Amino acid sequence: MTVQSEIENKLLDAFSPSFLEVLNESHMHNVPKGSESHFKVILISDEFDGKMLVARHKLVYKVLAEELANGVHALALHTHTVAEYETKHGTVPDSPLCLGGNKLGTGR
Amino acid sequence: MDVLDRIKEQVEANPVVIYMKGTPQFPMCGFSSRAAEALAATGVEFGFINIIQDPEIFENLPRFADWPTFPQLYIGGELVGGCDITMELAQSGELKTMMEAAVAKAGPAAGS
Repeated sequence: MTVQSEIENKLLDAFSPSFLEVLNESHMHNVPKGSESHFKVILISDEFDGKMLVARHKLVYKVLAEELANGVHALALHTHTVAEYETKHGTVPDSPLCLGGNKLGTGR
Repeated sequence: MDVLDRIKEQVEANPVVIYMKGTPQFPMCGFSSRAAEALAATGVEFGFINIIQDPEIFENLPRFADWPTFPQLYIGGELVGGCDITMELAQSGELKTMMEAAVAKAGPAAGS
């Protein structure tokens, strides 16, 4: 199974999301072709209701701890409740391009 | 000094501090760059720590606040989040308010 589908399955199990999108953005970074190192996650779930952003992201990090410890270097997170997502007209910002710091140490 | 004590001292001594790859002038990572730009855009003073220059902090910061990635933004000694949270707070205008409140609370001598 690809890392991408592992991430999707774990998030589906943990958050019963109304909407989930996991994008492999590794091609935007200085890594070999076909890498699974940089991901963007858009996760819409009412499990986040009443939780601060920092707490929401920590929940996701906990579910994906194994992936983050084994090769997943960056995880852009957009965590909303259904109501919040609707107010935002369903738009999330693009992730930034790499500036090369990845080569300089074990990355996360 | 133990590295976790060193980090604790840094986040408590600086009302606003970002742990990033590179510096705000020469960022080495797109996520660090974007977060530092958002901080600079508020016009409020902030401190930064270049984790590429400090491997001990690079290795240990993730377990300090149980947060696995960089950058990490601390305001008033508390972890606020990484790049995505910083950007959301910047867009809503909360970032500037939070930074100003932390600087005011720390008094005129801090953060310089």
